[in-house]
Formats: sequence, structure tokens, C-alpha cells
Amino acid sequence: MTPITPYHYLVLSAALFMLGVIGVMTRRNIIIIFMSIELMLNAVNINLAAFSQQLHNAVGQVFAIFVVAVAAAEAAIGLGIILAFYRNKETLNIDEMNILRW
Amino acid sequence: MPAWLPPPAVLAHLGLILVVFNMLVLSAAFMVWMERKVCAYIQDRNGPNRVGFEGVLQPFADVIKLLFKEELRPKAADALLFAIAPVISAAAAFAAFAVIPFGTSTTLWGLLDQPIPLQVTDVNVAVLVIFAITSMGIYGIVLAGWSSNSKYSLLGGLRSSAQMISYELSYGLALAAVIMLAGSLSLREIVLNQAGTWWGFIPRWYVFLQPIGFLIFMTAGVAETNRAPFDFPEAEQELVAGYHTEYSSMSFAMFFLAEYVNMVTVSAVATSLFLGGWLGPFLPDWLAWVWFLVKVFLILFFYVWMRWTLPRYRYDQLMEFGWKYLLPVAVLNLLATAALILWIG
Amino acid sequence: MDVIAFYIFAAIAVVASVLVVGQKNPMHSVMLLITSFGALAGLYVLLDAPFTAVTQIIIYAGAIMVLFLFVVMLLNVPREEPAPPAVSALLGPTGIRIGVILSLLLGAEIVWALSRIGLGWFPQDPAAASVSSVALIGASLFTRHAFAFEATSVLILVAMIGAVVLARREH
Repeated sequence: MTPITPYHYLVLSAALFMLGVIGVMTRRNIIIIFMSIELMLNAVNINLAAFSQQLHNAVGQVFAIFVVAVAAAEAAIGLGIILAFYRNKETLNIDEMNILRW
Repeated sequence: MPAWLPPPAVLAHLGLILVVFNMLVLSAAFMVWMERKVCAYIQDRNGPNRVGFEGVLQPFADVIKLLFKEELRPKAADALLFAIAPVISAAAAFAAFAVIPFGTSTTLWGLLDQPIPLQVTDVNVAVLVIFAITSMGIYGIVLAGWSSNSKYSLLGGLRSSAQMISYELSYGLALAAVIMLAGSLSLREIVLNQAGTWWGFIPRWYVFLQPIGFLIFMTAGVAETNRAPFDFPEAEQELVAGYHTEYSSMSFAMFFLAEYVNMVTVSAVATSLFLGGWLGPFLPDWLAWVWFLVKVFLILFFYVWMRWTLPRYRYDQLMEFGWKYLLPVAVLNLLATAALILWIG
Repeated sequence: MDVIAFYIFAAIAVVASVLVVGQKNPMHSVMLLITSFGALAGLYVLLDAPFTAVTQIIIYAGAIMVLFLFVVMLLNVPREEPAPPAVSALLGPTGIRIGVILSLLLGAEIVWALSRIGLGWFPQDPAAASVSSVALIGASLFTRHAFAFEATSVLILVAMIGAVVLARREH
């Protein structure tokens, strides 16, 4: 078996990122879209951690922790917005969230 | 040794895992008996005394009874989540014990080449691992409440998990203060930092350096395990039985097991962090785990005593206490510890 | 042994993510995402980053996903129905197929680009034999990245206040 190089991790990160992008593009339930965004953020984190290990530099992990903290803040606000919207329009289908259109 | 057996170190590790797992299950059974006996004596009656000497075999009788009950499932329940929820609770409860040290390194009287420490695994972020795994235990409760598809279960599950999340903050802050004192995240290091005595007879336990931290930790621990005065979400008079209303037979037994093993884990962590783990006078090194068991037992007795003495908090009082009083006190404790460390060095 | 562990964790992460994006029940999606995060935490441990692994479990899988779970339970999110006819031309099976093919092309491009970069462009920290020590992360976090740290704490405060305001009922 070939030993695990950082390229394995980068390919995995790219695959997860792609899955997140597919989720955002094709699903219509806004909570699933939100979860796909979190998936993309995690793919980036794997990338950072893989480079951190390869180059023996702790900055990668520090940045990954920042990404997690910012994702937490964003998830809280995003879900708050979804709740407020649901209270007004009673729908979670992103096709129907078009009140600001011309 | 025969050639087909794995090397002695691997066998020793497997043996450790077996010992720890069995000790946890037996301690849950022991807790069932102790709770009923202590409750009985507090209420001035006798408690179980038919099955075995002074009712010691009562937990085994209970398990046999539960095994023979019918396994029910509400028809509208989500089958997969309903089945998985008790498993998550129990698995998280057991897994948290994997990094808790309960004795010094031993070579099993020369059978092994190198001494192995008496814990399942030694991670250098052990304190955070325990914190992470107890966070996972919340999912068992939330899923149980949701998948039963009944209003009592849902309310009980939501309240219980909200309570656990709220008190996790104070739990973590009390942990952080001890970590600052010890300078390490590994539980073994923290225990070893508490060796020695002041003036010959007061042991250097962190409970003397951090009395408020200890109280915060114990309060948050009791709230985390949904016990004693903080058990509104599963109180019999309020919500039938909360999130495990619809469970019966072995699934209910797993929730029960998870609750008691969680108690044992919180007690074991409190022992390692504040009461000096396995350190104690008079006993040789290879019997140090006896001290560990004694200290854990004392904390567990305190848990049971508190349950049958104090009345229950109402849910909003409980949440108010956790956020408005316990959390600021924990933050101030952390600041004071940091200031004292900087000042005294 | 590391190789087997990597493939197992990677397989769990990818399969769980595919199911998150692909299947209809939102409650199951949330649980599968938690599984995926757990597998990623295992990968962090393999990458000699135990602190990032436990941070991922505590914050991501332990707090953020509980938030998602609560929202899914409170809003009683339904399974997804088929698109209304007005938009189904874009989002119907043809649309999804084109989208997936484009995403795969993008993925292939990324993999090709990755295989061509040299890894000698980034500075190595000679003092760090291994980056797994929490002390090292803490030292870096509070000295070189102290401003980002403080800014993140202000960000989280703002997010807390914002979430409370957004989720409150009008009286």
C-alpha cells in the first residue's frame, strides 16, 4: 500500500468541497443548503490541517480553529435568519424566498 | 508464550479494556443498589433486603426483569433514530472513561518489558477528549425525545439537552482553571502534579487551591448528568418520565446504564482533577487504584445523598441559575486563578 | 495501519457527505453530517492535530449541529417535495445532471492543479518538530494572531446578540 501523502488529503478535501457545492446548487431546502456550506468549510479545514502537518508549521491548525469559530458564529446567525423568515413566510423552500426581487 | 498469541503488551492493553468495561458495568449495578439502600435509610426504612445479603443482588434481579419485558415502539416513531438513541447515550458514557487514569504504571510484576500506565489510552489532550465525548451524549437524549413522537418525550428531550448544553460552559471553565494550575491537558500529568504534601500532612490536592472551582465543577457535573436537584426533565411528577417515556426493556436499561456511568465518569474526572486521583498514603504503588475507588465512591455517595435530600429546581430556575449565577462565578474564578498565578508565579 | 485508518475515515466522510446532500429526510441529513464530522476528527488525529480534532468535536459536532438539530425539530422541516413546474426546467433531472457534471469537472481541475504545485513554497517552522503540542498552538494564537483572536471573540459576541434578537418573538 502506498503511504499516505498530503495529496491524499487534498483530494479528499476537494471531493468534500465538490459535494458541498453540489448540495448548494441542487437542493432547495434551505437547511440542507446551510449544511452543505458547513461541509465546504470542513473541507477547507482538512486542507489546512494537511498542510500544517506537512510543513511542521502550527499556523495551519490555528487557522483551522479560527474557521471553526467563525463557522459557529455564522451558523448561529444563519439559523436565526431562517427562523425569522419562517415565522413570516412559513416556508423553507428557497424558491419561495424571493420577496426582494424586482 | 505460544506463537499465535499477540505480544504481551497488546494482551495487557486488551486486558485493561476488559477490566475497565466490566468495572463500569459493575459500578452501575452497584450504584443501583447503593441508591436504593441510601434512599431507604434516609427515609427511615430498610430498602431491598431479600435478594442476596442485604439486597446486594437486587440490581441483577432488576436486569433479569427488564430483559423479559416486551420491547415496545410507538408506531409513528422514526424507527432508526428510536433504536439508535439509547446506543449513542450508552456509548458516549462508556467511551469517556477511556482516558481516565486510575493507577500508576505497572509492569504486572515483571511479565511485561515496559510498564504500562493503568488507563486505556494516554492522550495528551485527555481533558478535552472527555469534554468532547460528553458533548456527544447530548444527541442520545435529543434523538430519544424527538423520535418517540410524543409530546412528553419531545419536551423532556429539548429541556434536558438545553440544560446539559448550558451547564457545559461552567464545566469547561472550571476545567480550564485547573488546567492553568497544572500546565498540562493530560489527566495523568494533572494527577502527578498533585503529589506531595504541605507541612507534612495536607496533600497538595487542587481542591485546596481551587475550592470554588471544585464546587462549580460538582454543580455543573450534577446538572450535566441530569441528577439530583437538576433532574426536572426526567422528574416523574412533571413529565411522566421525560425523554425515555416511550422506551421499555433493554433500551430503557441502556439509558439507565448511561446515566449511572455518566455519574461515575464525572466523579472520576473530579477525583483526578481536584482530589489527587490515585495518590494517597499508606498503600504501595500497585494498590493505588484502591484510593481511586475510595475517592470516586465518596463522590458518588455525595451524589446519592444530594438527590434524596434536596428538592427539585423548576426548569426556569435551573436555567437562570446556570446562566446568570454559575457562569459569571466560573469566569471570575478563572480570572482570579490567572491573576494569582501571574502574581505568585 | 495508518493507511487503513485513513481509508476507513475518508470513506465514512465521503459516503456520509454524499448521503447528506442526496437523501430527503432532513433529520437523517443532520445525523449523517455529524457522522461525517466525526470521521473528519479521526482524520485530524491522523494528521497529528489532536487539538483540532477535539475542537472539531466539541464545537462543530457538539454545538453547531445541536443548533441545526433544534431548528430542524422546532420547524418540523418536511421532506423535500418536487419542484413546482415554473422552475423545473432549470432544476429538473437535466439541470441536476449538468450541475453535477460541471462540479465533477471543477473537481478534476482542482486535483490536476494540486498535482502540479511544489510543496517547497511555504515556510517551515524549524523549532517545531511536531505541531501537535497544544502549547505551540496557544503560543502562536496569543502572540502572532492575537488580533485575530480578539476580533473572533467580538464576532462571536455580535453573533450571540444577533441570534437572540433574530429569534425573539415580537410582543
